Amino acid sequence: MIRIDSVTKRYPDGTVAVDRLSLEIPDRSITVLVGPSGCGKTTTLRMINRMVEPSEGTITIDGADISRQPVNSLRRSMGYVIQNAGLFQHRTIVDNIATVPRLLGWSKDRARARARELMERVGLDASLAKRYPYQLSGGQQQRVGVARALAADPPVLLMDEPFSAVDPIVRKGLQEELLRIQDELGKTIVFVTHDIDEAIRLGTMVAVLRTGGRLAQYAPPAELLSSPADSFVEDFLGTDRGIRRLSFFTSETLELKKTPIVAVDSTAEQIASRTDPDTPYLLVTGLDGRPLGWSEPEDLVAGEIETERLLPYGRPFVHGKDSLRAALDAAVLSPTGWAVAVDGDGQVIGAVSQQTIGEAIRSAHAEGRDDAKVAG
Amino acid sequence: MTGFFDIPSDLQHSWLGLIGLHLREALLPVLAGLVAALPIAQLCARFRWLYPPVLGVTTVLYAVPSLAFFVVLIDYTGQTELTVMIPLAVYSLVVLVPAIVDGVRSVSQETLAAATAMGFGPLRRYLQVQLPIAVPAILAGLRVATVSSISLVSVGALIGNQGALGNLLADAMFYHRPVLAVNSVVTTAVLAILVDALLVLVRLVLTPWMPPGARPKRKAAARPEPAAVAGEEAAR
Ligand SMILES: Nc1ncnc2c1ncn2[C@@H]1O[C@H](COP(=O)(O)OP(=O)(O)O)[C@@H](O)[C@H]1O
Ligand SMILES: [Mg+2]
Repeated sequence: MIRIDSVTKRYPDGTVAVDRLSLEIPDRSITVLVGPSGCGKTTTLRMINRMVEPSEGTITIDGADISRQPVNSLRRSMGYVIQNAGLFQHRTIVDNIATVPRLLGWSKDRARARARELMERVGLDASLAKRYPYQLSGGQQQRVGVARALAADPPVLLMDEPFSAVDPIVRKGLQEELLRIQDELGKTIVFVTHDIDEAIRLGTMVAVLRTGGRLAQYAPPAELLSSPADSFVEDFLGTDRGIRRLSFFTSETLELKKTPIVAVDSTAEQIASRTDPDTPYLLVTGLDGRPLGWSEPEDLVAGEIETERLLPYGRPFVHGKDSLRAALDAAVLSPTGWAVAVDGDGQVIGAVSQQTIGEAIRSAHAEGRDDAKVAG
Repeated sequence: MTGFFDIPSDLQHSWLGLIGLHLREALLPVLAGLVAALPIAQLCARFRWLYPPVLGVTTVLYAVPSLAFFVVLIDYTGQTELTVMIPLAVYSLVVLVPAIVDGVRSVSQETLAAATAMGFGPLRRYLQVQLPIAVPAILAGLRVATVSSISLVSVGALIGNQGALGNLLADAMFYHRPVLAVNSVVTTAVLAILVDALLVLVRLVLTPWMPPGARPKRKAAARPEPAAVAGEEAAR
């Protein structure tokens, strides 16, 4: 465990970048430091590897004060990833990744073999090994940055806005990759970002810092969304924190309606039997069980269903795997107001109305409030 | 005894011999300048306050005309090659220090932070990260230093015939053979162009990591040399 104990950083010009900050960073999980620009996130991170020395307070790792440890060996035990990757432009990808193992005295061959192993782990094609950084896209460079940080298998990973400079789609891919790698490796990750969405997506614990380097709140993301400590945190979470919070509720509890589903090859009796005053539309599914589109019952003629005339069904959600947020989104995107639920294979297993989702949200929130009360 | 390549015997060298002499007198000082510039530049890059005074001193040195330099040195080193080479080494130093410092400083903050975070000490970081990344800028400086050195060697003709190819200019007048002057000028220019092209080649070999098309920034610190410009054109 990394323990930051009432640490203050005052720069020589008098700027107080971090003010009496205390944090306990649990092992083998992702702890996110989030806050507006200039609130002291980078300073905090750099105090952990002693690129910045605290003015007051102590930082310990597993009880040992880091200020007593030799600085270069401390740093080599911590991977460090920064915005724009900070790759060595004069070294090939494989040599970039092999940097720390080489510093630790590994032979060239062993370090390079390790580097190639890591390229695979972070999803880089082996053919990139002999390239130079300028020949890679921003997203690929960032992957190299992560691989380089992991090369000597350090227990701790410090990441300073690593994905801020890449476009949103690439960023999402990198975030998913990080979560996957973390599942496999279980590092102690301290992750800095100014993007609250990223913080909520990645963090096991999230520390919200306010300008002046003071801690505003330290909590798991769900708790942050349900009970922000004050108006600063609330504002920082943004206007749609209610919607975002739905990401933490499962869609499993949603009761699916199976009646409004008809296969494209249904008979007239089957279509008639599906008609129900509660469900003004029927969902037509293909022979493979996947959704084709919505239709009013009277427009469906058995044996002559024209799939191209059906209403679009929006984007289905995976029942039980996706969150209530995804289910609500699916309902909002559907022209009929009904969300299509599918199983893991994409086959339709039911439909659910906005009204039903609304009820599920209300009961989830009620439970959430209870949880928050229990927690604190 | 009147052909283009027939060199008067008082110079004690064949045409090729003069070329060898010229190259030695021009290149050894550049090498000496480089060896001295590397540690000076490292200190300047590390202790920022040191750079402005160093730059001031070197600029003043550069402003001293080469002839004045020779005259002062003759009292100490006599009419020897050394008298020619010392000023040339100083000029090279003056061109190379800013080139190296600028190159080293052009390394991005992110790259430096990454190196520090990975546990590079200052010296290792300078040698393994900053200096290699500064190679294009250093070679740009070397090109300027080398080409001006090659052209300046000729001035040595004025101090006891230590000007290698430049000595042909004096002989052209003495023997009334203008062709010798043409030989001197053309050979010096071709030499400068060839050496410059060679340095461009060295740069290409040393920096496979540079995006094609990206050219190192060339500071206007040095006096523009026609030969340097010609050399650059030839290299493209
Ligand atoms: N080396 C420094 N000297 C003086 N002030 C600094 C220095 N580094 C950062 N600061 C100041 O400290 C504050 C926090 O900076 P930083 O930790 O970089 O914030 P963040 O990473 O959250 O944007 C800012 O006001 C910044 O201007
Ligand atoms: Mg920062």
